[in-house]
Amino acid sequence: MNGVFDLAGTEGLGPVVVPEAEPVFRAEWEKTVFPMFAMCFRAGFFGVDQFRHGIEQMDPAVYLKSPYYEHWIHTVEHFGEKLGKLDMSELDRRTQYYFDNPDAPLPEHKDDPELLAFVEAVVPAGATAKRESDKEARFQVGDRVRVVRSSPKGHTRRARYIRGAVGEVVLAHGVFIYPDTAGNGLGEDPEHVYTVRFPNSELWGTEHAEPNGSVYIDVWDPYIEILTPSPAAATTTEGAHS
Amino acid sequence: MSKIRSQEEITARVKALESMLIDQGVMTTQAIDRMVEIYENEVGPQLGAKVVAKAWTDADFKARLLQDASAACKELGIGGLQGEDMVILENTDNVHNVIVCTMCSCYPWPVLGLPPNWYKDPQYRAAITREPRKVLSDSFEFTVPEDVEVRVWDSSSEMRYWVLPQRPRGTEGWSEEHLLKLVTRDSMIGVGPVAKVA
Repeated sequence: MNGVFDLAGTEGLGPVVVPEAEPVFRAEWEKTVFPMFAMCFRAGFFGVDQFRHGIEQMDPAVYLKSPYYEHWIHTVEHFGEKLGKLDMSELDRRTQYYFDNPDAPLPEHKDDPELLAFVEAVVPAGATAKRESDKEARFQVGDRVRVVRSSPKGHTRRARYIRGAVGEVVLAHGVFIYPDTAGNGLGEDPEHVYTVRFPNSELWGTEHAEPNGSVYIDVWDPYIEILTPSPAAATTTEGAHS
Repeated sequence: MSKIRSQEEITARVKALESMLIDQGVMTTQAIDRMVEIYENEVGPQLGAKVVAKAWTDADFKARLLQDASAACKELGIGGLQGEDMVILENTDNVHNVIVCTMCSCYPWPVLGLPPNWYKDPQYRAAITREPRKVLSDSFEFTVPEDVEVRVWDSSSEMRYWVLPQRPRGTEGWSEEHLLKLVTRDSMIGVGPVAKVA
């Protein structure tokens, strides 16, 4: 999906503003929204790739102007509505109620030891997107590759600024959930992930690029096409023939 | 086009959403408070600093850290959500590394905590890939010498990158405990130096 969230190289947004110090959460409501990611994930609202795609479908003007955690509210509502887990007219009714009665209490409820245990377990353990697979890697470190130029309509992590660009594979990470399927609700379909290095001049043009710099970005196997195989691989092949 | 909401409007919306998720058993205030407490007080850049200071004093550990950052951090009991598969990037006399996530806000939580707001803001995500030296200099008062290559790492996958800053000169013989006070969050993002050696 070509959207405003894909920000690399966008100009005219103004300076990066860095406060001296700021709290982890800037408002009380942020403390409620942050845990929604993990807890709604547990409740089957979304996977992490779908979570991102929900955010990508926000009103672009609001995306750019709203406080960060408002993005998370949007994606929780998006999937809550889509999956029939949230009645939106009831949500609107309660919103008006709490707006008019900001001190009104939350519904009475009991603690849930299992939910607490989930929090205590998931923070230190995480949930890796890495998958065991015997799928063969089509690329290796040293390969010169070109990023596929097309514009998929759903979720993808193939950022616009690298499409069509030529770079070199510098790291191979193994096999991970593929966002182009998982983010669109089409299953994990794991693929190899590599880091590709692009010189600044390749991305922005020599006359517009900062000198002596490069961008390193991760790509899944289907994102790239071979241009020139690694010289190391060529040597190996020659060796096999001699 | 939907409008930009006020803090009061967002607060009411979130409370309404929270109330519905509580009714469904998805959230409890107890679990919310615990999750907030963890990221306010327990998981933060002090953990990354511990790893860096150990790497500065223990060459074998540093080698393991560069080989597999997640496994090496696990030796110190550090790891987890949003840092399941980490890579640490070593700064040298010739290379300076800096991290970003241009499409969302990926950040290595287990070693740096939750990201600062500027890291998630559109401005940083847009500009750091295009003009890293200018951003570092204008917004962070941090100048990278011209002969040092600037490598920007855009965290587009579930790999989580962070920076191993160079051990400052004049710290020979310092203990790990003493060194870790020098390691700033910004030095592990790549937007700032380590603290000055007093």
